[in-house]
Amino acid sequence: MASSKIKFELPFHITKRTDIVAWKAWLVRGGAIVIAFILTAIVSTILTKGDMGGFFKEMFVGTMGTANKALKFLNGWVMLLMIGLALVPAFKMKFWNIGAEGQTLMGALASVVVIKEWGKVLPEEVLIILMLLFSIIFGAIWGLIPAIFKAIWNTNETLFTLMMNYIAIQLVLFAINIWAPNGSGTIGILKYGSFSDAFGMNYIINIVLVTIVTAILFIYIKYSKHGYEINVVGESVNTAKYIGINVKSVIIRTMVLSGALCGLAGWFLVGGSPTPTINSTLVAGRGFTAILVAWLGQLNPIIMLGSAFLVVFMQTGAAQVASTYHIGSSSAFGSIVVGLFFVIVIAAEFLVNYNVVFKIHKHKKVAKTADSLATFGNKVEKEETKKEDIITEEQFEEELESIGTRYFERTITKSKNFEGNDTFTPQKEKPPVEKTAENEEKEDK
Amino acid sequence: MKKKVFVLLVVVALIAALCATFVACNKKGNNADDTIKLDPMTNIDNVTVDKTGGVVKSSIKFGLITLHDSSSTYDKNFIDAATAVCAEMGVALRVESGIEESNACYDKAVELAEAGFDIVFADSFGHEPFMVQAAKAYPNVQFCHATGTTGRIANVSNFQTAFANIYEGRYLAGIAAGMKLNEMINNNTITAAQAVMGYVGAYPYEEVVSGLTSFYLGAKSVCPQVTMKTTFTNSWFDPTAEANSALALINAGCALISQHADSMGAPSTCESKGVPNVTYNVSTKTACPNTYLAGCKINWGTYFKYIIECVQYGKDIPDDWTGGFATGAVETLELGSAVADGTAAAIAAAKAQFEAGTLKVFDCSKFTVSGLTLTEYVANVISDENFEADTNVVLKSGNTTYIAESTYRSAPYFGLTIDGISPLNA
Repeated sequence: MASSKIKFELPFHITKRTDIVAWKAWLVRGGAIVIAFILTAIVSTILTKGDMGGFFKEMFVGTMGTANKALKFLNGWVMLLMIGLALVPAFKMKFWNIGAEGQTLMGALASVVVIKEWGKVLPEEVLIILMLLFSIIFGAIWGLIPAIFKAIWNTNETLFTLMMNYIAIQLVLFAINIWAPNGSGTIGILKYGSFSDAFGMNYIINIVLVTIVTAILFIYIKYSKHGYEINVVGESVNTAKYIGINVKSVIIRTMVLSGALCGLAGWFLVGGSPTPTINSTLVAGRGFTAILVAWLGQLNPIIMLGSAFLVVFMQTGAAQVASTYHIGSSSAFGSIVVGLFFVIVIAAEFLVNYNVVFKIHKHKKVAKTADSLATFGNKVEKEETKKEDIITEEQFEEELESIGTRYFERTITKSKNFEGNDTFTPQKEKPPVEKTAENEEKEDK
Repeated sequence: MKKKVFVLLVVVALIAALCATFVACNKKGNNADDTIKLDPMTNIDNVTVDKTGGVVKSSIKFGLITLHDSSSTYDKNFIDAATAVCAEMGVALRVESGIEESNACYDKAVELAEAGFDIVFADSFGHEPFMVQAAKAYPNVQFCHATGTTGRIANVSNFQTAFANIYEGRYLAGIAAGMKLNEMINNNTITAAQAVMGYVGAYPYEEVVSGLTSFYLGAKSVCPQVTMKTTFTNSWFDPTAEANSALALINAGCALISQHADSMGAPSTCESKGVPNVTYNVSTKTACPNTYLAGCKINWGTYFKYIIECVQYGKDIPDDWTGGFATGAVETLELGSAVADGTAAAIAAAKAQFEAGTLKVFDCSKFTVSGLTLTEYVANVISDENFEADTNVVLKSGNTTYIAESTYRSAPYFGLTIDGISPLNA
């Protein structure tokens, strides 16, 4: 029934590509951002009953129109960036740390513990340094726990770090209940430990320090031995082992770093605020939004400056538009605008990673014979020689095989009544063997 | 490895050194004097503005900061009231919803002040300290706060708090609940011993405890054998937790549910389980036609109008303000189709007694705490870090000894667990 007799073929096909020129890729991305912005403007115009100028005005003036707003915006930007940065080393290692929310919250909790315990007796400078130390240690511990389990027992780090978020939230609620025994769930503004106000401007220390962290992390990832090891472990655990990298220690070390950076972000969120406090929503979802920032920024701290900017800009701008046009009583508007914007921007990555080729000739029948394959190969040869002039026999054969493979796969998946594809499916390159507990044991023996 | 141990040692040593310095320095003295004494307030249910000087400010901008958006019944109550009043008075309104009880509140309040707003109002308990901070930074803007505890003691002239005698409204809603239980007992749906109510609270602090106790006392006034089980979600808005709490209460045998948490979680669960529900803030009659009984709300429009007029005529807004029935600040919601016969009349009678001052919710002769009748209740009226009890709030009126709720400050301070009310998991 599923096999209908009408064969439908799309007038184009899609191939993966890894060779797109950098400027083209950035052109695609830039174009996507512009298109996404225009589309969100149109949607907003409809929702705000026809005031597109107002939309643009609110987006820019509303987010950065005054000195205070600009500072607040910058702080929002660097806070999100900071947590995004914390994810970079872990993600480079293909350790999917989605526990940034909890790690940051633990860092914040540590700062508040220090303030509550020693705020009254310690001089501010000492207190703030102590907060910093504790925040980093708490955050690092929250990153260390899943890392140990991953390194030794190969547990699933995604679930593990996710669950650690909830534990952190409950710990914060628990602590608040101790500090606010009346049960109101709020501890008010802490009197000590704020380093927000410097040179007459709030948040300036956060902004400066995060900028420095960005630069250091960029260098660490790109030029240090550690950064290289992280990359190798991320690409292939087996290669890493082969060249003598202690994978376990790299995993643990990197997650401690990731957690510590989150802890640092927690310190910024408490001490770097003019009104230090804590509640379970202090991190406000940044731990998850930071994943978007990290990926859009291709795990490159410098590009992430831009992606974090975009996210915070769209969020603040949309909220601003919503309250100006009296749609502020529902938070749906902001979600719609931000969601729409990023769906388009992310979708554009498709065009960067895949090539859409329109069909030149009609071939309605599935090519099965070696003959047709060979003809196809010849065509490829011509294309290839154009590109690189000389091609060795070996290279050609490899090329031919891979193209044949792709061609076969495509035709196989397309012909619905084709059966027994097991025998036909050509072998793809095997992915590197994942490190499992069993493998581990074998190697140990 | 040696390097790591060394680093670890350095860190430990550093922390130890810092700890050692604690004892030495003690530069930060202890805070605020505890000598303040508060008398009962004079601004109860008063909305008269002296208009003799004429309008001094004609165009007013009103900023409303809410914790959640209008999907929360609590915030919807504020947003609806502000929208209506501002439209009526020709005041520009800006609603900023989803503002956390954190620095976000301070930032937003400052942003509104900077943008030329004359009044900034925040609706959630936890917003208070951030509003005080913003008020200090912008002395020419009025910062008002609902449910706050420090209006009278903060010593910031442009920061004010307000609340209403909602405990009286809850008592009236409790009457509807008690009468429904009586009806169920008379119909043999439940036995007298099964007259158990359930209450889903947000946080177990005074505002919620005061509300649930007055609701219980209202029910008890018509159905003497009633008892109540309570449970708390530790969140103002958590639809799942509220629904689960309601379900847990129903499974524990509660024949009627009420709540002080802001989502539709509990009312919808009651509707699906066919259990009568008494609500707060917004009538759920349309959403829950079969189980909605009654409810009460604070009509914030009264206060909004009052403070807008104060600013228009250049008069000071009182530090703290408690609304009541007379100005319409406390309202009972429409009655549902499921209420027992005679409910409306019983509520009207009790309301008349409240207005005449002959009925007190926390009448000490009507309830006991651990079997004892109260003669004194020292509450934490002057809020401080250590939650010290400081003011005896028991007053006498004629022959009635009662706890004077929302009289020494607008925000409730009744925090006792009275006999007949017990936690669900006790």
